[in-house]
Amino acid sequence: MNTPEIQAHPAPEPVAEKSYLSEHTLRSWLLTTDHKRIGILYLLSILLFFAIAATAAALIRLELITPKGDLLSAEMYNRMFTLHGVLMVWFFLIPSIPSVLGNFILPIMLGARDLAFPRLNLLSWYLFMTGGCLALWAILWGGVDTGWTFYTPYSTLYANGQVITMATGIFIAGFSSILTGLNFIATTHKLRAPGLTWFRLPIFVWSLYATSVILVLATPVLAILLTLLAVERIWGVGIFDATRGGDPVLFQHLFWFYSHPAVYIMILPGMGVVTELVTCYSRKRLFGYNFVAGASIAIAVFGFLVWGHHMFVSSQSPYAGMIFSLLSYIVAVPSAVKVFNWTATLYKGSIALDTPMLYALGFIGLFTVGGITGLFLAALAVDVHLTHTYFVVAHFHYIMVGGMVLAFMGGLHYWWPKITGRMYPEQLGRLAAIVTFIGFNLTFFPQFILGYLGMPRRYHSYPAEFQFYNVLSTAGSSILGVGYAMPVFYFIWSLKRGTRTGANPWHATGLEWTTASPPPTYNFAVIPVVTEEAYCYPEPAGPPPKDTSGAEEDRHA
Amino acid sequence: MTFPVLPEEGSLGAREVDNILVALVAMAFFFSTVIAGAIVWFSFKYRRNNPVNRVRSDAHSLKLEIAWTVLPLLIGIGFFTVAAATYFRERHPPAAAMEIHVIGKRWMWKIQHPQGKREINEVHLPIGVPVRLLMTSQDVIHSFYIPAFRIKQDVLPGRYTTLWMVPSKIGSYHLFCSQYCGTDHARMIGQVTVMSRPDYQTWLTTGEHAESPVVRGAQLFRQFGCSGCHAGSEVIRAPSLVGVYGSTVPLDGGGTVLADEQYLRDSILLPNAQIVAGYAPVMPSFAGHISEDDLMALIAYLKSIGAGQNGESGRQSLTYPERAANPAKASP
Repeated sequence: MNTPEIQAHPAPEPVAEKSYLSEHTLRSWLLTTDHKRIGILYLLSILLFFAIAATAAALIRLELITPKGDLLSAEMYNRMFTLHGVLMVWFFLIPSIPSVLGNFILPIMLGARDLAFPRLNLLSWYLFMTGGCLALWAILWGGVDTGWTFYTPYSTLYANGQVITMATGIFIAGFSSILTGLNFIATTHKLRAPGLTWFRLPIFVWSLYATSVILVLATPVLAILLTLLAVERIWGVGIFDATRGGDPVLFQHLFWFYSHPAVYIMILPGMGVVTELVTCYSRKRLFGYNFVAGASIAIAVFGFLVWGHHMFVSSQSPYAGMIFSLLSYIVAVPSAVKVFNWTATLYKGSIALDTPMLYALGFIGLFTVGGITGLFLAALAVDVHLTHTYFVVAHFHYIMVGGMVLAFMGGLHYWWPKITGRMYPEQLGRLAAIVTFIGFNLTFFPQFILGYLGMPRRYHSYPAEFQFYNVLSTAGSSILGVGYAMPVFYFIWSLKRGTRTGANPWHATGLEWTTASPPPTYNFAVIPVVTEEAYCYPEPAGPPPKDTSGAEEDRHA
Repeated sequence: MTFPVLPEEGSLGAREVDNILVALVAMAFFFSTVIAGAIVWFSFKYRRNNPVNRVRSDAHSLKLEIAWTVLPLLIGIGFFTVAAATYFRERHPPAAAMEIHVIGKRWMWKIQHPQGKREINEVHLPIGVPVRLLMTSQDVIHSFYIPAFRIKQDVLPGRYTTLWMVPSKIGSYHLFCSQYCGTDHARMIGQVTVMSRPDYQTWLTTGEHAESPVVRGAQLFRQFGCSGCHAGSEVIRAPSLVGVYGSTVPLDGGGTVLADEQYLRDSILLPNAQIVAGYAPVMPSFAGHISEDDLMALIAYLKSIGAGQNGESGRQSLTYPERAANPAKASP
């Protein structure tokens, strides 16, 4: 029996298998059913959407340097934050880690040759692109100024522009999410390698599984909601129209019933990636594996029960508000458990601050701040003051950017040698991680203070007393922009010039590091058999084989 | 450029919210310092190739896991309880509060004082008097937000929402629309001016004289023909509206409803939705025939007739302790 070892030395390179990158025709990419190639297609597509949405954010920040509305017209400003929100949420954050890194890594982590439904996977990408193109079309021809939340009756009775086209784009992209979720669930259940039991799975798999469950259960509600929105806008049937006996707040309930779980779609995969990184660069088993795995599931379950905390001032019953507030404190607990376990994993580890680890540690810090400020917003009386202000903006950017984007960048660096077979320049990588961290905090921390001072969101102009913090925030965003741009350049550079890597440059555990870099089309010539738990790093941590000088010291007790 | 850290505290409730905030900031500071400190310390001490003791105990500890599950839960429940109690008080105005009408429309706030005086994008308030705002929107959802008072409430079309406060400091404060409402959302802003009570009384008498909502409502009650049926007609039997506000109304087909402002509004615009037990559904809808201002005036009139018998009975009166030292009468 061929049992690949998942130990801290490179596996022998398979020679006979051709890499998944060996075909070069456009047709070979557009009709591929290889999960790795589809992962790359997703990567390129979401980077396009990210670039457009980031440009919109840059314009918003530039406009806000001065209190007066001078750079953009009010209409244009409103379109810009709508564009930013819609593209970032549905066309970058939601697909970022699941559809790019998950697509690429999940089957290999499971010891499988592809996802359970490879053609469905390709269909997901085409649906995603169809939705994305419709959204872009809506932006170019008329724009949309409803905000990504599409609150009624503004979106149904008052907003001009391409609301329906935009909603259709999101509707279609939603089906891409559902299909990806189904595919991941089926794959995790049916295609695990022999010996890879549930409690031997890497946490990344657990978190993708939890994410997929949410995708499958919550996204249909979004589809229903967007359908109702379109029906209401076209035929004016009165579902959300108070003058016809409808209820505009019903829209908010349905919207957040989807969108709050969607927040967890946007952060759970990041938590999974960070677990991989923290263990690898501490060369240590994950502390409290069962609790970290269970916390993912708990978050997925409780995440469905807290939507009303977005609506404490919406005219929702105060008693409902109290239930939602209490549940929001409960849903914070599994997140806290994860943070404590990651930190405990570092204890007595053998820590290398390589680029992915810097992103991972940045994630833990910023996610902690984002999570705790969520507790501010869950406190009813405090939320009454803070909701609809920049405090909320700062809070969710700490989760979405400080959390998810850093995790995505960390994961992309970590698996880059696996994806391309080449290494990126390490020093530049570390620099970019640090620049991103500093730029991020400078951009979003002042917004907490702005929010408590009372500056509302979505304001094109504002009273002069808020200017100081807005200037800080805009200055920070330019640094953040540099932090984002650097990896684009050195990743492209590394495709041709980066040093070639072996199967396991990080000396990491996990099946994905037992196959060649880049992996052969079918991932594994022989399906591996797993005999160990996840993260079986040697104890106490030895030095990496490439650097034996510290071996004696490391074992020094 | 200035860089303030806390907004002014202009109302009695503001201090309570700030106290919770200070506790939250302390908690946030404690946990982020512990986590960040541990990360930095471990990353330094256990850096690769640093010769330190790495001999470990198990990679799990049930005691630790329980500790860091239960501790955040208890802290959370503590914050929940304090903040929910404050919120509950924020949502329940005292019965004697002075009532100001607010109508939001894109992109302005229309205000009417109980004495009748109207203003736009400005709200003048007397210090130390509990004020209750009765609010609705003519178009989309807005949100009435006074940061210095730490209060906010969405203002909805087709629905009445309320907000109440006790201004505690003379000065002028921002009024913002905080729910996105379209192009000029950022310009739907105004000013709240808190004045001494004599100044407020003087201010009320300046400018054009306007009828109070109750007087106007009484005229409308006749003008729209409400009095024809509801004031003791021999021809059509309709329920008397004396003392209806705040009472519990039995409904046709069983059940009851508390006759609050929303009920009165719905009964005028959607009269067949909730039929009073024992009466025929004969009332026509006035939807589209009566403006939001007039509707509020009509309801103010209905509240004024028979109030004091069983009016206000359905509303709890939770007040700030400080207010006891500063009792106030509703005007006019």
